[in-house]
Amino acid sequence: MFYPTGRITIYAGHYGSGKTNLAVNHALALAGEGKSVKVLDLDIVNPYFRTKDSEALFKERGITLIASEFANTNVDIPAIPAAAQSAFDDPRSHVIIDVGGDDMGAVALGRYQRFILREGYDMLLVVNRYRPLASEIPDAVKIAREIETACRLPFTGIAANSNLGRETDPETVLSSEAYTLALAEAMNLPVVYRAVKQDLYPALSGKLDRLEPVELTGKTYF
Amino acid sequence: MADKVLVKGNEALGEAAIKAGCRFFFGYPITPQTELSEYLAKRFPKVGGTFLQAESEVAAINMVLGAASAGARVMTSSSSPGISLKSEGISYIAGSDLPAVIVNIQRGGPGLGGIQPSQADYFQATKGGGHGDYRLIVLAPNSVQEIVSLTFDAFDLADLYRMPVMILGDGMLGQMMEPVEFPEHSDRVLPEKTWATDTTQGKRKKNIVNSLYIKPDVLEKIVLDRYARYAEVEAKEARAETYLTDDADIIITAYGATSRISRNAVDALRASGIKAGLLRPITLWPFPKAEYQRLAKTAKAFLTVEMSMGQMIEDVKLSIDCSRPVHFCGRTGGMIPTPGEIEAKAREIAASL
Repeated sequence: MFYPTGRITIYAGHYGSGKTNLAVNHALALAGEGKSVKVLDLDIVNPYFRTKDSEALFKERGITLIASEFANTNVDIPAIPAAAQSAFDDPRSHVIIDVGGDDMGAVALGRYQRFILREGYDMLLVVNRYRPLASEIPDAVKIAREIETACRLPFTGIAANSNLGRETDPETVLSSEAYTLALAEAMNLPVVYRAVKQDLYPALSGKLDRLEPVELTGKTYF
Repeated sequence: MADKVLVKGNEALGEAAIKAGCRFFFGYPITPQTELSEYLAKRFPKVGGTFLQAESEVAAINMVLGAASAGARVMTSSSSPGISLKSEGISYIAGSDLPAVIVNIQRGGPGLGGIQPSQADYFQATKGGGHGDYRLIVLAPNSVQEIVSLTFDAFDLADLYRMPVMILGDGMLGQMMEPVEFPEHSDRVLPEKTWATDTTQGKRKKNIVNSLYIKPDVLEKIVLDRYARYAEVEAKEARAETYLTDDADIIITAYGATSRISRNAVDALRASGIKAGLLRPITLWPFPKAEYQRLAKTAKAFLTVEMSMGQMIEDVKLSIDCSRPVHFCGRTGGMIPTPGEIEAKAREIAASL
């Protein structure tokens, strides 16, 4: 398992890069090891596709979800959960923080910057090279820097998540490796893990380092 | 950029508009279509486009009227309550014979409603949310890839027939991510915009764009001419897609996102021996009446599936002159029908045949 094992892991990155899905997988993996886990949903940008979609699963696995009571409701306001602070005040729990996309989403995270610095953290830059506005390295770097500025926390590593949704095949992942490495170099960050859908894991195992098999969680319509 | 990209429906609308040569966007944010504005705000400066967030929906639609008058390819977008606000301007655009593309990523209503997917603006889109005798061409994509191709078509059809075209999606289509390709767009052969208020350069008489005609006989003549054009659109542009309809006893019919849920239901029904098929209108106006009439000859019943209290069902009944029973299965307020609900309704119908 290549997930960071520190007490606080933050998932941030460009819009639609897969932050929520990786955060949920990470939380499930930690809970699977018997750890006490809290998921803190700080997405103030998009009311759709939230960690809230995995609420039932979290409950089943004993994971505490701290999300705005407005998440996934019809109240379209950018609220952060009142209980967010509790995540930083409980030293026994691991905290996985799901941040909204781009710098706009990272503003809410900045609110907790001093607590995060006090506790120590990992902050992963989630990237998918198949997302049009982040498919070029300079654009991806620019977004990452804007996020760091907005939340006043530097990234500590990259979580590569290049995929084409249901059309992802091993080649989709392999051909994104040059992008991942170029971005890692440009950002001067280590690649902490490469997320691949569970069913692609056997085909890619041995071909790429630090492969982390993930499930697609949350809501699918069809 | 890679050949295939993973994009949201809202982003696909933006990129396809750029590929179609649109360089003017006037809008006002509203969930669940805001990503389209966000996307164009980021992309337009790089392609020489003008993105403007207006002070209101009313302002935005009138900026569309202005840009269209000058001959520009122009787009605006909103979601249900915002489209209500734009409806006056849409009527003016239709009454001025101007091409423009209007996107409605529908959410639950009426009123402020909710922010989850809905199809309850069918009447507004196809029967006219604004006043007067006018029509919109209404296109209903059911995938992110089809959003791309229908956005291309929307701009071309608008220019070809000098009328506003609406792309009618819903929160599901706007928000979901699918892998897509953006092909290069090649225009149909389109008429020159000799009517545009661009510039006379001292070489011709000035053009005037107007929707005010005080003399009733003059206004009637203009409306009649416009309806002759609408008749041409009805004759040439109606589109639908069928799936397993040839031997079907029950024709499930749905547009947009619900057509994909319905298709799953058709597969499940077929697997259990019930002869179901799917008829999906791609154009909601003109409504593909001929397809319904053709299938009414062989099918025993229709089942309309909508995320509304039943709006398209009226066009289905009219198209087949009520020659077959037309049943309804729907959810509203932002709730999404499941394949199981559609299947159960179809089984009930099958048992009664």
